Amino acid sequence: MSATSPGTGRRIWLRTLAILVAGIAAVVALVAFLNLRGESAADEVAASGPPSAETIERGAYLARVGNCVGCHTTPGGPDYAGGRGIETPFGTIYASNLTSDPETGIGDWSAGEFWRAMHNGRSKDGRLLYPAFPYPNYTQITREDSDAIFAYLQSQPPAVRPNRPHALRFPYGLQASLAVWRALYFRPAAFEPDPAQPADWNRGAYLVRSLGHCGACHSPRNFLGAVAPASEFTGGPLSAGAWYAPSLKAAEEAGVGRWEIGDIVALMQTGQSPQASTIGPMAEVVFRSTQHLSEADLRAMAVFLKALPPQPAAADDGAEPSAASLEQGRAVYEAQCAQCHGDEGEGAPGAYAPLAGTRAITMASSANVVRMILDGGFTPSTTGNPRPYGMPPFAHSLGNADIAAVASYIRNAWGNQAAQVSALEVMRYR
Amino acid sequence: MYASNKNAASPCTRRSLRMPLPAGALRVCRRIAAVAATALAGYAGVALGAAAPAAHAAHAAHAVPDTIGQSVLACVVCHGEEGRATPDGYLPRIAGKPAGYLYNQLLNFRDGRRHNAAMSRMLAYLSDDYLREIAEYFASVDLPYPPPQAPAASPAALAHGQTLVRRGDAARQLPSCAACHGPELTGVEPAVPGLLGLPRDYLAGQFGAWKTGLRHAQAPDCMAEIAERMRPDDVAAVVNWLASQPVPADSRPAAEAPEPPPMRCGGVPQ
Repeated sequence: MSATSPGTGRRIWLRTLAILVAGIAAVVALVAFLNLRGESAADEVAASGPPSAETIERGAYLARVGNCVGCHTTPGGPDYAGGRGIETPFGTIYASNLTSDPETGIGDWSAGEFWRAMHNGRSKDGRLLYPAFPYPNYTQITREDSDAIFAYLQSQPPAVRPNRPHALRFPYGLQASLAVWRALYFRPAAFEPDPAQPADWNRGAYLVRSLGHCGACHSPRNFLGAVAPASEFTGGPLSAGAWYAPSLKAAEEAGVGRWEIGDIVALMQTGQSPQASTIGPMAEVVFRSTQHLSEADLRAMAVFLKALPPQPAAADDGAEPSAASLEQGRAVYEAQCAQCHGDEGEGAPGAYAPLAGTRAITMASSANVVRMILDGGFTPSTTGNPRPYGMPPFAHSLGNADIAAVASYIRNAWGNQAAQVSALEVMRYR
Repeated sequence: MYASNKNAASPCTRRSLRMPLPAGALRVCRRIAAVAATALAGYAGVALGAAAPAAHAAHAAHAVPDTIGQSVLACVVCHGEEGRATPDGYLPRIAGKPAGYLYNQLLNFRDGRRHNAAMSRMLAYLSDDYLREIAEYFASVDLPYPPPQAPAASPAALAHGQTLVRRGDAARQLPSCAACHGPELTGVEPAVPGLLGLPRDYLAGQFGAWKTGLRHAQAPDCMAEIAERMRPDDVAAVVNWLASQPVPADSRPAAEAPEPPPMRCGGVPQ
């Protein structure tokens, strides 16, 4: 028999329950507080008439800096009408309709509500927004720039296209889960210029960190999809691992600390520079966004990127390829690749990327090398390079073993040195 | 994503130096080469920046012609040299098709109206102007055609195919192929493709793609409507007959349609 009387037992039980309820209430209150911090009361400043043509034009420019159209448009669909699916490890997020249609777009939003979405990550109806919409970056945008983008979007023709619900796995689809995520990882913030740095560095920092949201791809994400400030710009996988966005800080990857400013500008403006060319998702960024930016803004971004503190990439601890696989790779190279990339992997300037000494070939992640061999592609056509040269896809004509062998070969020929690529990896990237 | 190189022409490789040097020595060599290259470029008065690739051209082992044929070499791996793919494979010949048709298809692939992952990825970041140039290049290639495939259908089916191609079936609102694709079936300028000289499987694949919604054209999508009205045996008969016909000596598209087309098609200027 128990020594405790039924009354005492009930009291302990009630007390535990009370503590539990109070604890939960405190956590909920904390999460709610953390989610709403930094929000100003709906600041509906009476609009001083319709926005000027200049404001709209500036908004159009800023929307290009952010490449809003890239996610908020389905290929071939009306601009900004949304619907494009963004693959994440948690499911698919469907971009929303940003056109001026009042029913399905944001035609009935106010500039203040748009600002709250950009700065605080909350929708007009109060729902928390998923950070696939990069408000952890956009939060630093100025109110003036937000208003200009809003004015531009409102000036665009309406397109009727109802938003498609996201397809997220449990529990990521719950607003409560998102509230916890935001409590942990999101804090609204204004851009703070660094008085110790020159004006162009500060302008560059604003563009790169805020609207340009470069770190959204070029940073690793933790298991909940958040970017730790310390690892900003140190590279991360993209599109479920189909691509790797290289580190902007590592000299072994895409760091530009040793580049001339003009070359960094050229890469963003034309898609090519003497040291590098862009392909895949970065080609999209150049095609839709950076080629349209002003020379001054590109220079500012270049100044900021060049000054990023160098941080070596993680050591490549993969295995060395076997002699047999290198021999197989050399045979594939001579038959399929040497015609354009040259017998010594020297490439042809402006047309075919050199492979000898090329960081994209030798960096630890083999994702982009394999992706290029599988899919081929063109660098983007830009005003500065309107007729880019292309590489054919080899996914249909070469098997996994041949692709692995040739990738291992180009990573280790002509003075290059990198880990082998296995047929299993190629299969995974297919 | 980035293809970057520290030594554009790579004078500092183990092979070019013919010495088994350690990586450190190669790096030093590259450094020296880079400094020398910069000095040379400066001496030659070559501006660095957007035009910088030219500064490195001196190191190129092979010069690449600045021609459209060279820049679209990527296409010919699948579509054959100069776009001359034959009915031996699945992929269509593109050489000599009307430029407007090719341009429309490039747009359709890029903008998601036609679905082929390889084509969409290749074209994703190419401008309208460049796509038009590519289309005009392949349209301008004039090459003889190989003989057609042997028919793989019964004489009755072939006769049914020939009837549909030449006369259509008014009762089922099926216009003849010839009414739009030209009396010789070699297409009509500027945007209606010829139907001969293509692999049977490719032709059948297109009907399947229209019927299942994988292939679209600019609205109104006339071929999708026509494919919808065709029965499987119609499709088999038509593609077998088309694939078994030789291409006439003059394979060029007709300059204009002989009579007003029976339907409106979004991709074809009216």
